[in-house]
Amino acid sequence: MRGVARLAARHAGALWSALRAASGDDAYERYRAHQAARHALEPPLSRRAFYEDAQRRKWSGVSRCC
Amino acid sequence: MMRRISAALLAIVGAIAIGAVALQRHEPINALWILTAAVCVYLLGYRFYAAWIAARVLSVDAWRATPAERLNNGRDFVPTHRAIVFGHHFAAIAGPGPLVGPTLAAQFGYLPGTLWILVGAVLGGCVQDMIILLLSTRRDGRSLGQMARDELGPLGGFAALVGTLIIMIILSAVLGLVIVNVMKHSPWASSTVFATIPAALIVGLYLRLWRPGRVLEASLLGVALMLLALLAGGWIDHQPVLRPLFDYTAIALAGFVILYGFCAAILPVWLLLAPRDYLSTFLKLGTVALLAVAIVLTHPQIKMPAVTAFTDGTGPLFGGKVFPFVFITIACGAVSGFHALVASGTTPKLITNEADVRLVGYGSMALESFVAIMALIAATLLDPGVYFAINAGAGVVGAAPAAAVHTISGWGFPVTVQQMQALAGAMGERTLFARSGGAPSLAVGMASIFGSTFGRGLLALWYHFAIMFEAVFIMAVLDAGTRVGRFMLQDLLGHLWQPLGRTSWYPSVLLASALMVGAWGYFLYIGVIDPNGGVNILWPLFGISNQMLAGIALSVATGIIIKSGKLRYALVTLAPLAWLALVTTTAAWQKITSADARVGLFAAANELARQLALGALPPERAAVAPQLIVNQRLDAWLTMLLLAILWFVILDMARICVRRLRGLALRSSSEAPYQPSRLHSAAAQVQP
Repeated sequence: MRGVARLAARHAGALWSALRAASGDDAYERYRAHQAARHALEPPLSRRAFYEDAQRRKWSGVSRCC
Repeated sequence: MMRRISAALLAIVGAIAIGAVALQRHEPINALWILTAAVCVYLLGYRFYAAWIAARVLSVDAWRATPAERLNNGRDFVPTHRAIVFGHHFAAIAGPGPLVGPTLAAQFGYLPGTLWILVGAVLGGCVQDMIILLLSTRRDGRSLGQMARDELGPLGGFAALVGTLIIMIILSAVLGLVIVNVMKHSPWASSTVFATIPAALIVGLYLRLWRPGRVLEASLLGVALMLLALLAGGWIDHQPVLRPLFDYTAIALAGFVILYGFCAAILPVWLLLAPRDYLSTFLKLGTVALLAVAIVLTHPQIKMPAVTAFTDGTGPLFGGKVFPFVFITIACGAVSGFHALVASGTTPKLITNEADVRLVGYGSMALESFVAIMALIAATLLDPGVYFAINAGAGVVGAAPAAAVHTISGWGFPVTVQQMQALAGAMGERTLFARSGGAPSLAVGMASIFGSTFGRGLLALWYHFAIMFEAVFIMAVLDAGTRVGRFMLQDLLGHLWQPLGRTSWYPSVLLASALMVGAWGYFLYIGVIDPNGGVNILWPLFGISNQMLAGIALSVATGIIIKSGKLRYALVTLAPLAWLALVTTTAAWQKITSADARVGLFAAANELARQLALGALPPERAAVAPQLIVNQRLDAWLTMLLLAILWFVILDMARICVRRLRGLALRSSSEAPYQPSRLHSAAAQVQP
């Protein structure tokens, strides 16, 4: 059990970022990184505008199923 | 070498487990056999069949750039790690269908359902999902309807659109009916489900106003609120003053579900729909994992016989013989046409590498089918008498408990009123009789699995946890389905009068939402007033429409495979298509023409009309009979329409194939031109 805890502690950073990526928690950071790399001259969307836009796009098509 | 040895071991274990499942007839079988057989079948299918299809049929090319790489915009087109895409895709395709279908199909015994879930998934459903995912990935993430239009022609595309709209309506109606049956006269279930709505609103506000996009924080808050709602429901159930405030009839609850669907379709998505979906996704993934662990730990005995006498078509949950109705009823757990819509929606825009479609497409469906297997286990570990007492409608077995247990015991599945009362008491309910729809019996099964793993004293809590899980799941599909249906309807109406096609024009939003909700609300209402429970009519109709959609998806896939000159591999999609066409056509034909009132819709309508004319119906039944008669005839016409759409698309595909084989001119392939992948070259250099 202590081994598991030590292992988790060592990889806590990686686990946390995997969880953030899986849930979409880091979507805005990834978008900002993408904008900075590819479209540095365009002003990026604010966090709220990005979130609203992402939700609108997600729910205009079939994204949930029976 | 190691891979070969592990594959051989897998094959041997799988063969032993399937043998045990299929051949053990006289003693009760342990659920672990079914679980083992399932896991082996999925792994073998994934390891060999999926790999072969990817390499030979689809010529999956890891060096070819995907739209996520070519069109990367940091928003919808984003190259994403395959494990994450797998998670997103699974969360999108996993719905209540594989929970409800197998539970209903358990009336035939555990064997027919188990076999079809395994065979259908590995050779049909997983194949369909993976192929559609790759075809859409190669076409910049185009939808199934667009692919049908591009590859077959405008009529095929229109048929696919109409088919999708119909399935949305029927799906929403039947799922609405399932949760109404869960909540009727159950203050605990109703208050918990109601409380999830303000919980979703709070999470929605949190995610937009206070901490935009902080999904993890908001989900944690949401899960805490949901558990609070569960406990509060239990508390309310014991308060004599509050209890009656949440004790509703089925009709009142149907009104609530309809109103909810309408609000979810017109409110901004961030307020209700999106936060509810976050909650349902976390609950869904957590509960499915918990269920798998609990089944392994408890390894319960299956109490339902392998095959029951109801294979002859006299089943109390729904009429019709095991062929074709077990295939129609299982639907989503084996092959789901609906998945083709998701696999040609958001998912292809996230695929980093073409080779990922095997894990994302085939793998997700295998996991979804595994959920269906677990639902089947949860239904069949109940005493069969209890299973039938919960699921059979009052119109079939009798409204009074004494009459119901007498009828059911007469079938050879003993059950007593005391047993049912004790069970209802343990689950924190007044009664569990005639709660058709599959969800309550699944919740009883899940509660008994969880209860014997994590403590029996909490049975009532586990039961309502399972109920909340299913309800949240279903409402997430209801609101998303209504919204998508609204967009489709606006698209269609836009052809009649252009302003109606504008998705943000409020009069058009209200009109299309009202039409959509009105359509499924009508079927829901009829299901609620039907003394046979309504599910017996609506679920087969849903199954037929879902298998029709799978037929359309497989037709598009077959057409594209043959157009690309791979005739010799066409059987990969043609064989499941032929089987689905056979099953769907037979089922639809029987629903339309059968003289048996249990199966045939016209026959049932005529029989009811005859009894009404003779004055043979009790007054409460006579009052609703005219509406039921109209509805059964309408359902029959709808079935005909579905059948016509299916065959229209199949023939359109056949026309394309004949033209291809004769060397005549065809629409050119809509595949995006080849571009080498830089991401893959970079990855290959890092890991030679």
